[in-house]
Amino acid sequence: MSSAVLDRRSFLRVSALAGGGLVIAAYLEPVGNLLAQGRGAPPAPLVPNAFIKIARDGTVTIIGKNPEIGQGIKTTLPMLIAEELDVDWKSVKIEQGDLDPKYGAQSAGGSTAVPGNYLPMRQVGAAARQMLVAAAAATWNVPEGDLTTASGKVLHASSKRSIGYGELADKALTMTPPDLGTVKLKDPKDFKIIGQKITGPDNDAIVTGKPIFGIDITVPGMQYAVFQRAPVFGAKALSANLDQIKAMPSVKQAFIVEPQRGAQGPPTAWGGVAIVGDNWWLLNQARAQLKVEWDQQPNATDDSAAFTKKAAEMAPNPPAQASRSDGNVDQALASAAKTVEGAYFYPYLSHAPLEPMNATVSVKDGKCEIWAGTQTPANGQRNVATALGVQPTDVTIHMVRMGGSFGRRLVNDFIVDAALISKQAGVPIHLQWTREDDIRHDYYRAAGFHFLKGGVDASGKLVAWKNHFIAPTGSSLGAGEFPARFVPNYAMYTSPLPSGVPTGAMRAPGSNGIAFVMQSFVDELAHAAGKDPLQFRLDLLSGPLVVPPPPDPNAAPAGGRGGGGQAPGWDPMRMKGVLELVRDKSGWGKTQLPKGTAMGVAFHFSHAGYFAEVAQVAVDANKRVRVEKVWVAADIGRQIVNPLNSEAQVQSSVIEGMSSLMGWEVTVKNGAAVEGNFDDYQPVRMRQAPKEINVHFLQTDNNPTGLGEPALPPILPAIANAIFTATGQRVRTLPFSKQGYQWA
Amino acid sequence: MKLDLNVNGKSVSVDVPPDMPLLWVLRDVLHMPGTKFGCGAGQCGACTVHLRGRAVKSCQVQASTAAGAPIVTIEGLSPTGTHPLQVIWKELDVPDCGYCQGGQIMAAAALLATNPAPTDAQIDTAMNGNLCRCGTYLRIREGVRRAANNAAAGKGKETL
Repeated sequence: MSSAVLDRRSFLRVSALAGGGLVIAAYLEPVGNLLAQGRGAPPAPLVPNAFIKIARDGTVTIIGKNPEIGQGIKTTLPMLIAEELDVDWKSVKIEQGDLDPKYGAQSAGGSTAVPGNYLPMRQVGAAARQMLVAAAAATWNVPEGDLTTASGKVLHASSKRSIGYGELADKALTMTPPDLGTVKLKDPKDFKIIGQKITGPDNDAIVTGKPIFGIDITVPGMQYAVFQRAPVFGAKALSANLDQIKAMPSVKQAFIVEPQRGAQGPPTAWGGVAIVGDNWWLLNQARAQLKVEWDQQPNATDDSAAFTKKAAEMAPNPPAQASRSDGNVDQALASAAKTVEGAYFYPYLSHAPLEPMNATVSVKDGKCEIWAGTQTPANGQRNVATALGVQPTDVTIHMVRMGGSFGRRLVNDFIVDAALISKQAGVPIHLQWTREDDIRHDYYRAAGFHFLKGGVDASGKLVAWKNHFIAPTGSSLGAGEFPARFVPNYAMYTSPLPSGVPTGAMRAPGSNGIAFVMQSFVDELAHAAGKDPLQFRLDLLSGPLVVPPPPDPNAAPAGGRGGGGQAPGWDPMRMKGVLELVRDKSGWGKTQLPKGTAMGVAFHFSHAGYFAEVAQVAVDANKRVRVEKVWVAADIGRQIVNPLNSEAQVQSSVIEGMSSLMGWEVTVKNGAAVEGNFDDYQPVRMRQAPKEINVHFLQTDNNPTGLGEPALPPILPAIANAIFTATGQRVRTLPFSKQGYQWA
Repeated sequence: MKLDLNVNGKSVSVDVPPDMPLLWVLRDVLHMPGTKFGCGAGQCGACTVHLRGRAVKSCQVQASTAAGAPIVTIEGLSPTGTHPLQVIWKELDVPDCGYCQGGQIMAAAALLATNPAPTDAQIDTAMNGNLCRCGTYLRIREGVRRAANNAAAGKGKETL
């Protein structure tokens, strides 16, 4: 079963976590690799004692091992353990685990936590239960087979005896933990916790303002630090007016931190100028007076407008590479009854979690202690060890709740900076970024340009699809991208566009931009065919699959997502299922809507999840847009672990997708990011949030998969397609705010 | 500059530059980190507190302006953490990451204090200055509605 999960995950199309900086050649690193990297040697088998503590009074403490970024994993994983342990949820306390090999893999990314932990965490709970049963059997001198458990007690039915787990805890500790592979798991029909609406363990602390985030950490003897990196990505500080800065209020130290570079990829530390002292706000006043001479960088001429111009010039030229070619696309386009062309664009995006990057670090006597939010703590440990020249075992990481992340804290650059500053300053420091630091020093969602041509035959059937993808460094696309397999003549051409902008994974990497392109263009072809856009998609999914020719083993893969020309093997029938469900739930085609109001539909497969979404959108004469209602139909397998949190993740994805549809672009000028705060990089606000986001799970007999990401990609094209139906205007360039649209 | 502040009903003296934002006085001088930093530009509302009973973005209020006036932070909204908004926030599981929620609750509390039965449009207007990057808006809206209803029905230990 677990290997089936892994096989499915290997189909995941994950985007490149690419290094920009000075490296022009794409440095591709799928999220899965990134997450795996930090794991090092395979961990020892998981043992229940690592995760579960039972006090004599029966209180059960369960460790949440994974980083909490708001996705609710600190609730989800302990639920899995508690279910099989057979305790009442109200008796459970949850603690965040630090980074420790005894917990196995600890990371947040790729929507992998549920598929990767659904069985192991249940096995941990079941193994502990088995040890408690064994302890009771020994206590009462009865066979284990005569014992049952319920609500944190072991029961012996024939003698009507019962004993609480708390009373058995000491004895259970002496029992040999069973092999996790052999423990008996509950029949899902007996679940009491899995599938229930469970609220977050930190809610009390959150609503009363307790210090639980990285920004709140203080340690004895700590000083604050601010850090000025080069505005131009990768530039090195040559000199600065450090004496003037040191004379300013609160400043204790000011110094240049040298960049550190690995063998390839982005710098392991970007370098810059650190200012250290007592009061963070005063340090920023000093920073405002900072004058730095930076070295010159070849990417200092990078410019968004120039990228766009260059991409348009490249579009009609022969591509650098044919990533996939099925049938004869040019011939099919020439003989098609109708053809459509579209030039699509999605921009660089910053993650902009509400808590700006920060880390508290104490470097002393060759040891390093860190309190920080990171999605990849093991990578952080390794990166800091490398930067400091110590062993990973000399680096301790305390994991703290993150004020959002969305992929930003997959990269531990700010923690490495903090470690270098602490080492150089000789005191524990709390490095706190400003919002502007955060938006201007990100690993951005890569931009992409797509030049598409498609054709339908006289019966309205899709017969040809050609995409010339102009890929700025860090942008990548699997060769099996939809509608590959579903159209007989399909060509995927790729040409690289060199850029020094650092790029990385952002919620639903790759898919978050590509779904907009593919599902908008499918819509264009549906309208050209004179078909209902939803039925056109159903027909497409129902048709016979075009078997791809065997991939040329000599051809280099186009990028990190497709796995060397292999078509992602997602199941068209599961996608049809969610498409039909969203059609029925939304009343598609059956609802009379006023003029200027329309529904749009889109679907997308990513992170092993099948999602179809419908948006009902009103657009007025001044291009003011209101998303009135959204319906989401999802298939992520047979079990929804926590319906409360699951609905929240879907709503969150829809609203984030709306932000990127309308408001978000990081533009690059003179090699630097232009936008810096929420006035020029605007997330959706309360007034713009839809009145309803209706979430429907289609539970199918497949292994449970993750939900942090796959609900996001389809919402952009669903809204864009609704805008087209409402207005007749097809918008192919994100964000729509730069095409004259705004939220109503 | 020595300033006398009144925070959550207690008088405290601080020695800070007069133009230091109230946010940083609260966080770094008084060590009350419930009030959050998100933008420093009055854009996000994570730093919302009550000043003279009104919701303000504390990153935009100079310490000297706040001197002498009653200031209430999320730590002081209710001594027992049982303000109707706090109760309903937990019940509805409003937070995702939770970083903005202290500010959201303070903005909502100021609304309900003056308008105990707001319409949805009034809720949206009052809450529009508070960003939630995770997108918990639908539950925030529901939370404000429900807190108002609960308070009207006399539920919850504390009134608005």
